[in-house]
Amino acid sequence: MSTPPGVSAATFADGLAEIQSAIGAEWVFTEPADLHTYRDFYSVLWDEPEEKVPSAAVAPASVEEVQAVVRAANQRGIPLYPISTGRNLGYGGSAPVYSGSVVLDLKRMNRIIEVDEGDCSCLVEPGVSYFDMYRHLQETGSKLWLDVPDPGWGSMVGNALDSGGGYTAAPYRGHFEAQCGIEAVLADGEVLRTGMGAMPGAETWQQYKMGIGPCLDGLFRQSSLGVVTKMGFWLFPAPEASLSGSVDVWQFEDVEPMVDLLNELEYGNIFNGMPSVSSPVSSRGRQGGISQIPEAAEMNRLVEETGAPAWRASVTFYGPEKVIRAQWDYVKERFGKAFERAAFNEGELIRLPLSAEDLAKVGKARFGIPSMEIFAVGSRGAGHFNPSDGHIWFSAVIPRSGKGLVEANRVMRRECERLGIPVFMFAPAVTCWTRSFVLFAAVPVYKEKERNQRLREGVLEIIRICAEHGWGEYRCPPAFHDAVMDSYSFNDNILRRVNERIKDALDPNGILSAGRYGVWPRHLRDGRSA
Amino acid sequence: MNRRWAWRVGALIALTIGAAQAAEPRSGETAEPLLEGKAVFTEWCAPCHAANPRLAGTLALRTRYGDSKPAVLEDRTDLTPAVTEYFVRNGIAWMPPFRPTEITDAQLAALSAYLAAPLEQRGAHAILLAEEMMAQKGAAQ
Repeated sequence: MSTPPGVSAATFADGLAEIQSAIGAEWVFTEPADLHTYRDFYSVLWDEPEEKVPSAAVAPASVEEVQAVVRAANQRGIPLYPISTGRNLGYGGSAPVYSGSVVLDLKRMNRIIEVDEGDCSCLVEPGVSYFDMYRHLQETGSKLWLDVPDPGWGSMVGNALDSGGGYTAAPYRGHFEAQCGIEAVLADGEVLRTGMGAMPGAETWQQYKMGIGPCLDGLFRQSSLGVVTKMGFWLFPAPEASLSGSVDVWQFEDVEPMVDLLNELEYGNIFNGMPSVSSPVSSRGRQGGISQIPEAAEMNRLVEETGAPAWRASVTFYGPEKVIRAQWDYVKERFGKAFERAAFNEGELIRLPLSAEDLAKVGKARFGIPSMEIFAVGSRGAGHFNPSDGHIWFSAVIPRSGKGLVEANRVMRRECERLGIPVFMFAPAVTCWTRSFVLFAAVPVYKEKERNQRLREGVLEIIRICAEHGWGEYRCPPAFHDAVMDSYSFNDNILRRVNERIKDALDPNGILSAGRYGVWPRHLRDGRSA
Repeated sequence: MNRRWAWRVGALIALTIGAAQAAEPRSGETAEPLLEGKAVFTEWCAPCHAANPRLAGTLALRTRYGDSKPAVLEDRTDLTPAVTEYFVRNGIAWMPPFRPTEITDAQLAALSAYLAAPLEQRGAHAILLAEEMMAQKGAAQ
């Protein structure tokens, strides 16, 4: 049996024995075959000495059992790494950031504690997947929709804590933004409830986030400060219908006013679904997004030569049919006035609930339906890079402007090509989070050491180049947590330094999620980036 | 068994087992002893391996084996329990291993028995969750 670094075999065995007595021996895993299932299957460090692997995994089933595990670990300095469902594969999966940690697997905590049809909210445990909640809502005849990310097996809690996003209406697409109320077990075993959850008897835990004083929810986002055991969410009352449409424009120079108008219309609540921006002339014959965006004159020449639009803005509406038809009319009116030449493509109005026929043809995530369809891109999908062994994501926050979109796209395409990084699913204007674009690129990974080493070096270079432009990743695989946190360098990296001060105060023994997103406990700071 | 060697053995098993003919869409009841295994399949495998050519697992097996084996796992007649257990706990390509907190050893045994049972005992193919919910309601959503 391996032991966590700095923990003696006797101390580790003693700690695991205490944990076994608290949660049951069958939920403490130390056999290599079991621990193999906790590895990051898409790791860019696969089978290298630096691969982050657990020394054990433990799976409590209740808050009290989590407290017992945390206390046993805290008394002995045993590092823990909590996961919810551990299915965040392009960003690290179920493996710890600090190798040798004990994975605290919360999958068995899978209770849907409450769905409130009146205030349109829910309260769940971290093991509840999107599939679980969808089934529950359907079987109970709920009027509520769920906002889902692409893979439906993820945890509502874990996805929100990682700042995941979905595809339906604006207030629900950013999953951390749609949370309301957190319960977390701290490193000393105490239970904290944020917001109105701090007031015994309050019926408003899932209604008002802030409570009194500093809002502490953010302490648990991408953090190493607690084990989240409950989280509330706001849910979307099922709309009557959905309508999508798009607007085409024909000049390179149209991109800036197009994005500005899109922003105005979204922030003015004229449309509530997820918008997108594409370039038909730049994506001719391609799958997987825009290619290199040419200079203005060249793009305008290509537009003339091919007849393809320079840019396309797509919008989606959810609501009553007569309302969303009027909203679409208004969008057309505004674009028609703003551009010399604009053409409109109206999609089919989808009445809800979905018919079986519509279910078969719609993009499920845009209707709050969890699935695993996205993984088909890795079978023989957009990139034709088979047989790869997985993928990682590169996800940089870029300005929500035409200029920002063009510049980020050009730099990323050029630099990835220079560095030999074969991106696919390149989406330079993802809008799950309504006030910025996020540039997403998926990169295939292989279980080959030399290839992975080159990939790591390339990604580190891309992180550095993006930071020079002010584009910071909002989320990344564990191998790059330190580099990305380093890039948030204002005032001598005070962001990280303050995080470290908080870490020292709340988790003085440094047992929780060491190294997650570049925040290391005091005794491991010298090993940063190791 | 070390991991690399285990992978090779698994791959060898998978490659050398005889090809099976593609089966027609099935209907009918699942034999009672297989219900638990089918439930595990429906929850954990069907989202990628159901009888839908666009799904990741079904597409991957079609790409890998062409017409020499059925792309739909539930149509395979060559999946011994050892093979199923190997791939569930070790994964392959984009399919990760599944942890014992997701599929317990007992559930894995039931799943393996389901995928090794005679086709006529398996009943209709598993369906996706959204389709199941729609069927339950009779029409909507």
